[in-house]
Amino acid sequence: MSASVLFDVPGPRARTRNALLTVASVILVGAVLYGLYSGFDAKGQWRAQIWQPFLEWETWEFYIFPGLLGTLRAAAVASVLALVFGAVFGLARLSDHRWIRIPAGVVVEVFRAIPLLLLIFFIFYLAPALGGPGDYTFMAVVVGLMLYNGSVLAEVVRAGVLSVPKGQSEAAYAVGMRKNQVMRLVLLPQAVTAMMPAIVSQLVVLLKDTALGYIIAYVDLLNTGFKILPARFFGSLIPAAIVIGIIYVALNMALSFLATWLERRSRRSRKTSAAPIAPPGAPAVGAGAGTGPVGGGVAAGHGME
Amino acid sequence: MEDLIRYAPDLALGFLENIKLSIVGAITSLILGTILVAMRVSPTPVLRVAGTFYVNVVRNTPLTLVLAFSALGLSDQLGLVFSSEPRTNSFWIVAMGLSAYTAAFVCEALRAGINTVPLGQAEAARAIGLTFTQSLRMIILPQAFRAVVAPLGSVMIAMIKNTTVAVAGGFAADSAANMKEAFDQVGASIPIFLGIVVAFMAVTLPIGWFTGRLARRLAVAR
Repeated sequence: MSASVLFDVPGPRARTRNALLTVASVILVGAVLYGLYSGFDAKGQWRAQIWQPFLEWETWEFYIFPGLLGTLRAAAVASVLALVFGAVFGLARLSDHRWIRIPAGVVVEVFRAIPLLLLIFFIFYLAPALGGPGDYTFMAVVVGLMLYNGSVLAEVVRAGVLSVPKGQSEAAYAVGMRKNQVMRLVLLPQAVTAMMPAIVSQLVVLLKDTALGYIIAYVDLLNTGFKILPARFFGSLIPAAIVIGIIYVALNMALSFLATWLERRSRRSRKTSAAPIAPPGAPAVGAGAGTGPVGGGVAAGHGME
Repeated sequence: MEDLIRYAPDLALGFLENIKLSIVGAITSLILGTILVAMRVSPTPVLRVAGTFYVNVVRNTPLTLVLAFSALGLSDQLGLVFSSEPRTNSFWIVAMGLSAYTAAFVCEALRAGINTVPLGQAEAARAIGLTFTQSLRMIILPQAFRAVVAPLGSVMIAMIKNTTVAVAGGFAADSAANMKEAFDQVGASIPIFLGIVVAFMAVTLPIGWFTGRLARRLAVAR
């Protein structure tokens, strides 16, 4: 373990104490795990027949993969739209014209403050009134995700552009570039590198939030796990929940690792003069002052919303 | 506008449930999160691994899944019951799921706070002869705590907004559920929607403003 701000390098007495603590915590963790195992066992949740369906290809082909596709489709469409929304409103907030800057600021602040589920409900009920009868579940999820995450990304874009040192734009103006050229050729290319980790972290949040579609009965992975599979294979709600839980965690962790990797790369990068900006909602770690992650694990945090 | 006035009592009662969930969630998630961060930074590898595992799994799971699993899995299938009255039971099920979920984010905020303390501070504390508890109490934790105020504020704001997902945990008495019910009867009504949004903003904006101000006042100049 690397040097830690909390603990000295242990001496003989501390080593004995740590060994005792280790034994005690092994027993504690073991007891918790056994408690879970026997709790499941008492309710017959380890019976082979309720786990059996997940070993068969048909279950995956006809139920889980279509559900996963629903989740990924919503996430992909919403990501693209949110990125566009974020870029437009983020840059609008940086505009020199007050009549662009202020309305953009209001839109971003309001959509960031609205609980996402309420937004999705509202769109879901508003859409038939505007567009006639039809299935609006997909649209409600995607538009809700776009408005919310787009607003968060707008803040990321703004922070990214502002994180480029002032000398860069001053130099660009000095060589005679126009406002639009400074933004397009100098600020944005550097800002994008700095923003990448925060953007990917926000996309993890977006992917997680597609699960809200479950509440308005959009057929996604969560719906497959909690409604469709248990209805088809009686009694296998818990196995289904565990399987789809693992899929969600694996997907999001893969994206989180990508964010961590991007952050490390952009910290090293000499293509940008801007330091990588923190993901929204994460505490600002003093640049270079930190002691490295205490306790290890995935370093790039992402917000919970 | 009449719609909002007609449904205002229902919506207000629902919003009260959101507030109650938020208060219970804030208290339990702060306690749980502190325990988790103590595990994650402890010198015992087993506890570190267990804490890291919990945080990484929960953080990467959608809240909707956590709540649906708490209600349909833990409560219905495994027989975890807090109360024989279904409404009270689902309230506590949701409060439990919400706290378990939020605790992971509280833990991460606290851990990042510890990471903002430069190593030199601990080294200097040891060099002037402070003991382990002294350096923790007088040097490290005060600095870590100050760095954590604003992020904890955002975690709490996110949690308050997340109380609307209570429907997924079978608790259909909060403002989101009541809003849906009103929409079922009168169709999408902009005043009703704006009314609830303003109510949420009236709670979250002051928290953001207050924690932001506190964080700036407490900030450690380095």
